[in-house]
Amino acid sequence: MILFLEQGLNGLQFGLMLFLLAAGLTLVFGIMDMINLAHGSLYMIGAYLAALILGSTGSFLLAVAGSLAGTAVLGMLLEISVLRRLYSRDHLSQVLATFALLLIANESMRILFGSQALTLNPPAVLSGPVELAPGFFYPAYRLLIIGVGLAVALLLYLLVSRTRIGMLVRAGASNREMALAMGVNVRALFTAVFGFGAALCALAGAMLGPLLAVEVGMGEGILILAFVVIVIGGIGSIRGALAGAVIVGVVDTLGRTLLPMSLRTVLPPTVAGNLGPSLASILIYVLMAAVLFWRPQGLFPARG
Amino acid sequence: MAELLRLRGLIKRFGGLVATDGVDLTVQEGEVHALIGPNGAGKTTLVHLISGALRGNAGSVFFAGEELTHAPVHERVRRGLVRSYQVTSIFTRLSALDNALLAVQAAAGSSMRFWTPVRTERAFTRDARALLMRVGLLDRAEVVAGTLAHGEQRKLEVALALAARPRLLLLDEPLAGLGPEESLHMVELIGGLAGEVTIVLVEHDMDAVFKLAHRISVLVSGRIVATGAPDEIRSDARVRQAYLGDELGSAA
Amino acid sequence: MGVQLDHPLHAAVALPLLAALIVFPFVVLAIDEPFYVVLASRILIFALVATSLNLLVGFGGMVSFGHAAFLGAGAYVVAILMQHGVASAWIAWPAAVAVAALAALAIGAVCLRTRGVYFIMITLAFAQMVYFVFVSLKAYGGDDGLSLASRSVVAPGIDLNSDTLFYYVVLAFASTGFFLFARLVNSRFGRVLQGIRENETRMEALGYAVHRYKLGAFVLAGATAGLGGALLVNQNELASPGTLSWTQSGMLLTMVILGGVGYLWGGVMGAAALLLMEELLAAYTIHWQLGLGLVLLAVVLFAPNGLATLARAAGPGGRDG
Repeated sequence: MILFLEQGLNGLQFGLMLFLLAAGLTLVFGIMDMINLAHGSLYMIGAYLAALILGSTGSFLLAVAGSLAGTAVLGMLLEISVLRRLYSRDHLSQVLATFALLLIANESMRILFGSQALTLNPPAVLSGPVELAPGFFYPAYRLLIIGVGLAVALLLYLLVSRTRIGMLVRAGASNREMALAMGVNVRALFTAVFGFGAALCALAGAMLGPLLAVEVGMGEGILILAFVVIVIGGIGSIRGALAGAVIVGVVDTLGRTLLPMSLRTVLPPTVAGNLGPSLASILIYVLMAAVLFWRPQGLFPARG
Repeated sequence: MAELLRLRGLIKRFGGLVATDGVDLTVQEGEVHALIGPNGAGKTTLVHLISGALRGNAGSVFFAGEELTHAPVHERVRRGLVRSYQVTSIFTRLSALDNALLAVQAAAGSSMRFWTPVRTERAFTRDARALLMRVGLLDRAEVVAGTLAHGEQRKLEVALALAARPRLLLLDEPLAGLGPEESLHMVELIGGLAGEVTIVLVEHDMDAVFKLAHRISVLVSGRIVATGAPDEIRSDARVRQAYLGDELGSAA
Repeated sequence: MGVQLDHPLHAAVALPLLAALIVFPFVVLAIDEPFYVVLASRILIFALVATSLNLLVGFGGMVSFGHAAFLGAGAYVVAILMQHGVASAWIAWPAAVAVAALAALAIGAVCLRTRGVYFIMITLAFAQMVYFVFVSLKAYGGDDGLSLASRSVVAPGIDLNSDTLFYYVVLAFASTGFFLFARLVNSRFGRVLQGIRENETRMEALGYAVHRYKLGAFVLAGATAGLGGALLVNQNELASPGTLSWTQSGMLLTMVILGGVGYLWGGVMGAAALLLMEELLAAYTIHWQLGLGLVLLAVVLFAPNGLATLARAAGPGGRDG
């Protein structure tokens, strides 16, 4: 039971970080109709920046803030210099161009920081566990991540549903022509959305850095997961991204623990030992294929 | 005349909206049967239901004595039930001749053939050129379809439908967007086809409808409210009231 | 912009190229650079696989982001059979093709119900499933991959462990495969595929059973990639999860785009260009991926239709698209 609770919380924590990536990705996808394979690279760069700033200042807060700002600026520069030219191109060109950006980002990090993984330590005050219920301890830092994730989700919700910018973004996601017709400064809006998405990536990178290794290629696995999330949730939908992210986070995390365990009860241990992990790792892809098969527009379609 | 197409109680709902509400319609072999009605009456939905692009929630479609209610588009086409599109649907990046070639090839049996180059199948080229000639586009054969004038694209659209050797041709607003002169050409073209193939004509242009149609059915709010010869429709009080109003008077 | 449906294979281009490829090993062995034979085998294998992907992407308009699944499946079938003592190429290679074809049939049947961006994503998802299945199979190497005890056995006296002999086997498959591909795209089937790329709804309304043709192309392309995998695993003497990874799918797509989407020679030119560029850059720096990325980016931004169009514009000799 405790294990179940702990893994459930881990899943939620991972899901919320996935949401940070997926939110930016789904907006870019929904509004600009663009496949951006380099989105995971912004996450990686965010983590590197955080590690760098933490190493020189010792302040975790500064590291997160600096990484957010730096990555946002970088994202906007990227949008202005390269990505903007790709909006009107077909998906194939977008895949190739952003794949190239991914290679460039990976190799640049390798040149600047070497192939060794960097360490990013959580603030000392948060390094211990917290007793959530009698006898149930949970790492304080992971709780912080959950808190931050929920706060950002709430902030995004308010931003998208209550502000003028949010309205424009929603209009753009469901009907680009309409947004254009409304005389929106679409160029500036796109740049801003992209910078914002980059900042969210950096936040995820900086927050997850202490739990995972900060290394070249860290952005790729999570990028694919973020794509799974937005396809499940419905391309262009923030609400869908949140739901999809939590579903993917929880299913993936729980699947890895529970599936091998439950298999062991019905199958011989060697078979279960082989089958369990492989089934667990394909679980979310099966989920995504199922969603595409029965609800091709995702769970929360953004377009009417 | 034998019956060619029969619709029985066709119902199509989109969520809460009922687009066609129990449509019964019979089309006789050899006739030009016009389908008219105000915007939103369900004409386009009905075209989709007949062609197979949409499946109804209830009701059935019989064609040449065979039930095709659940048959996909391509199987209906194979049996001779062929449509043209309201919004021109041609291969815009290909030449007019290549458009016609693809259409001719479709009618020539299975294309699960992997070896012989189509270029060497002389009969295809011959038939494709004949097809273009029939709609008056032979001298435009090498032109990229997307750069043809709008009227020419509409003709190509009809040509593609004709290539399938239809027994019944479902023309969805063939005059849409055409200028007066282009319209005249198209009416002439359809009139010429009328002897050889049964036509269901969905059209807003009342002059054309009354000129071409042998029988007219009026669709209002998803139901057929009247079917009859042009003169009967013109004088039908219900039709006047429900839809035609003064428009009919001016056409007459 | 007009598009041609005919893609003639000019003997004046193909035969000299074939002749050059046949004498190639003699030349490089004469100047004592045997490495180039290995490189050429590699290029030919990827030319075959990229061409099969071009059939889907360039001719059928189906942007598959999971082609590596079939490449990797072919590779693993050969390696796994070898581990169980089946070394014969006569059994292992057809088995690789058959498994890849069956996988393509199953995956295609599901994926081809979706379109556009969703198709890209669902093919990616299936490829990831295949990837994780093989990575988690500890009995077959898991993360480390599965190495081959030796190359496949063909017949006594014919030893594929000779790189030169292996090169000729690869050349035979690649050139035959390319020739069949050239016949295919100009046949009725190829025309239908291109028609579907141009306007799928219209093809359906013309009476074509669109889904069947798309699935047929998907299976053909998957089977070809499986053959490529069987060759590749013999070349590397290792079946590695990397062959199945999404970056490998990305590289295959990159080859197709680089060479020219929908051009007869697109896959061949793309594979050659990418792998040669990789070799060239790797000779100068370990950070060759940076250079590769920059070149790719430049290609997308400044030569959007790939190398085949450049060659096409250059003169009559290259007009084979």
